[in-house]
Amino acid sequence: MTTTDEPRHRSALDDVARWLDDRLRLAEGSRRYWRKAFPAHWSFLIGEVALFSLVVLLFTGTFLAFFYVPDTRLVVYDGPYVPLQGQEISAAFDSTLRLSFEVRGGLVMRQIHHWAALVFVAAITVHMLRVFFTGAFRRPRELNWVIGVLLLLLAFGAGFTGYSLPDDLLSGTGLRIGYSVLLGIPFVGPLIGFIGLGGEYPGTDVLGRLHILHVMLLPAGLIGLVTAHLVILVRQKHTQKPSRKATNDNVVGEPLFPHQTLTSLALFAFTIAVLALLGGLFEINPVWLYGPYEPFQVFAPAQPDWYMGWLEGMLRLWPNWEFTVLGLTIPSTFLPGVILPGLIFTVVGAWPWIDARWITKDHDEHHLLQRPRDVPLRTGIGVGGLVFLLSIFIAGGNDVLASNTSTGLQTITAILRVATIAVPFLIGWIAYRMARGLKENELAVTAADPTRTEPASGPPR
Amino acid sequence: MAEPDRFPPATPAGGQTKADRWRRQREREDRAARWAAVCFLVAIVAALSLFAVYVSGGQVQLEGLALFVAFAGVGLGIAIWVRVIVGHEEVIEERYPMRSDDAEREAFEELYEATLGEAGVGGRRRFLVRLLTGAGASLGLALLIPIRSLGPGPENDLFRTEWDAGARVVDAEGEPLRAEDISPDQVVTVFPEGATGSADSQAILVGLRTDVETDLRQPTVDGIVVYSKICTHAGCPVGLYRAAVGELLCPCHQSTFGVYNGAVVLSGPAGRPLPQLPIALDDDGYLVALGDFVEPVGPSFWNMTRGGGS
Ligand code: HEM
Ligand code: HEM
Ligand code: FES
Repeated sequence: MTTTDEPRHRSALDDVARWLDDRLRLAEGSRRYWRKAFPAHWSFLIGEVALFSLVVLLFTGTFLAFFYVPDTRLVVYDGPYVPLQGQEISAAFDSTLRLSFEVRGGLVMRQIHHWAALVFVAAITVHMLRVFFTGAFRRPRELNWVIGVLLLLLAFGAGFTGYSLPDDLLSGTGLRIGYSVLLGIPFVGPLIGFIGLGGEYPGTDVLGRLHILHVMLLPAGLIGLVTAHLVILVRQKHTQKPSRKATNDNVVGEPLFPHQTLTSLALFAFTIAVLALLGGLFEINPVWLYGPYEPFQVFAPAQPDWYMGWLEGMLRLWPNWEFTVLGLTIPSTFLPGVILPGLIFTVVGAWPWIDARWITKDHDEHHLLQRPRDVPLRTGIGVGGLVFLLSIFIAGGNDVLASNTSTGLQTITAILRVATIAVPFLIGWIAYRMARGLKENELAVTAADPTRTEPASGPPR
Repeated sequence: MAEPDRFPPATPAGGQTKADRWRRQREREDRAARWAAVCFLVAIVAALSLFAVYVSGGQVQLEGLALFVAFAGVGLGIAIWVRVIVGHEEVIEERYPMRSDDAEREAFEELYEATLGEAGVGGRRRFLVRLLTGAGASLGLALLIPIRSLGPGPENDLFRTEWDAGARVVDAEGEPLRAEDISPDQVVTVFPEGATGSADSQAILVGLRTDVETDLRQPTVDGIVVYSKICTHAGCPVGLYRAAVGELLCPCHQSTFGVYNGAVVLSGPAGRPLPQLPIALDDDGYLVALGDFVEPVGPSFWNMTRGGGS
């Protein structure tokens, strides 16, 4: 660090700042936030990775949108990709091929966009796990948790709609499945499906609608909610790990300027760097190999993007129970495709209240983070839930698993069914026991040696 | 000198007891509340009637009316509410100069200097800031490059149309035209054969009267001239012909072009004449072009006189 006595000469930047302050009275606010404290722990950077991936998605997506044509009408392909020349394909697929082969820089943008989508959802998920297992969602941050869950839903929606746009064989298959699940909702399913697609599947309007959802409504929702998320974050200030200095009444961290600014800039650059590396070197969604979507064709193994895997797995695992009560048919897609995901999202969304009411029985304001061991029951349930999602995610690849292990598909599915029910309980229980053990050990040590100051994580419960 | 009081306090109205005034005010408010309620009720009815209109097949005037009544009802109800029931109230907010107080400003400037020092770039290491700015600017430039992917360069396209030596002059239906088909004062929108409807090749054929002196710049066939139909001002089709004065008139901003003098600009904002097509007759007596327009057609652009080198 260098500080010199020579006075800095006035730069143009200073003049601009003064000009702005003359009109907007910025000095006081700037001074307040200039040294805003950011707890220095890597786990707080995951949310920023999500933010930066979103920025990359917005920029690359805008580029793609200049070329993409949301139209299912057929055209004859006459581009440079030889195997498809002369074939009738949809204008949408044609525009995707044009982006991939003819537009200079188009393929790298498409691939970066797709990789960024995967990294985005991954970052959100990990960010959410950090918030969950440290109890950062507790009062007063319930609102940000709920906004987060909505963000997760929008991200799923953006991924699903984006994935359906190229109108290749795989995207059409995903859409077909989504539509079928929708159709299975009692009373309103068929109506919703027809309204959504503008007619019976596949309809002619579907791509136009997915497109406007994907490039306008969902991004607008994401940007709006992220803004709210961050405004609330600034208002409430960050949580922090308890320490001798960090208490419930302060925030100990690095200042916004210069430390956090530079750290975030570096992280931004790293995020773009990694996404560019992935997009440049690792082929993703080579739609020309899949070919255009034909309603009568499918290929195996048909695998969706990773974050859809658990929904797909649930459909694969569910037994073929299809029953009719009082003339009302409940298809075998309804419970696993609508009710269970709905239930999961509801429980996740309501977690801050479930946690306060039944687990910690604590409704006070908290700004200090917990360790997973501090609340064994929450940790157990969280781990169990994760294992459940993981095992239905694995079930989403039951065909791949079967062919790779040369076991029958039915056998694999049967094993996975049992595993999906039993293993989460088992592992959740183990996690619970371990957390309790660690906590009790610690309490015993502190009790035996009163000179040890324990991090102020509140009374044990 | 003390300013005369331009706003003396209102003197209390005489003859009325306080209770009287209070009661009258109450009655007024009750009446207003009833009217506001009526407005909201009407709005509810109008909004619900939209369902009926929709279910019975939709009808544009009714839809507009129902929406109007619904929103006007809500607006009116709220207006009555705020003006009569809520009434008038005045709050006074202090204003301060927009510029931060000197102390505030100095405090921030000090903090800024200090943290710049903390960032290690207070003095000697300014070059770090400069280089990072340079990297950011270069990346910004690199990110602009993909814009170039959005379209091809203009190449020669602004200097070329579909007209070519030997191209027959056809009308909008694609029918070739003979010189004897054209009578004086007749105008026909024409295209090169095979490119009917072409935006940049559209031209206007005019039959000239023989008793007027002409001053043309291109070879032409007895009494027939063909000009580009695209206005040299802002590109509208030059659609109107005033035969009496021999003027083509552009309807967009009223430029006029004299067809007997090589379509020079007679009035209006256009900056140059309509390019003229060199024409002749082919062996079968049909009108043909001798080549493309000599100058670029349509609105001018920066390098038009440098030529496209076609
Ligand atoms: C959170 C936000 C977003 C996610 C998760 C997302 C995800 C995706 C995915 C997975 C694809 C398929 C890519 C492929 O063909 O391999 C896609 C395609 C596309 N996205 Fe996005 N996207 C997001 C935001 C945006 C935005 C903001 C825009 C535009 C303003 C956009 C425009 C497009 C377009 C035009 C395509 C079709 C490109 C093509 O494959 O031909 N996306 N998106
Ligand atoms: C587009 C997606 C999201 C973005 C860009 C985002 C961004 C951020 C950022 C930058 C922070 C600051 C601290 C940190 O990074 O840990 C944060 C905090 C937080 N986020 Fe998110 N987030 C997203 C989604 C979510 C989701 C899915 C959840 C939970 C369901 C969530 C819940 C929270 C909570 C409760 C906090 C406050 C935690 C604290 O102060 O320790 N966020 N978010
Ligand atoms: S476009 Fe013809 S006068 Fe302006």
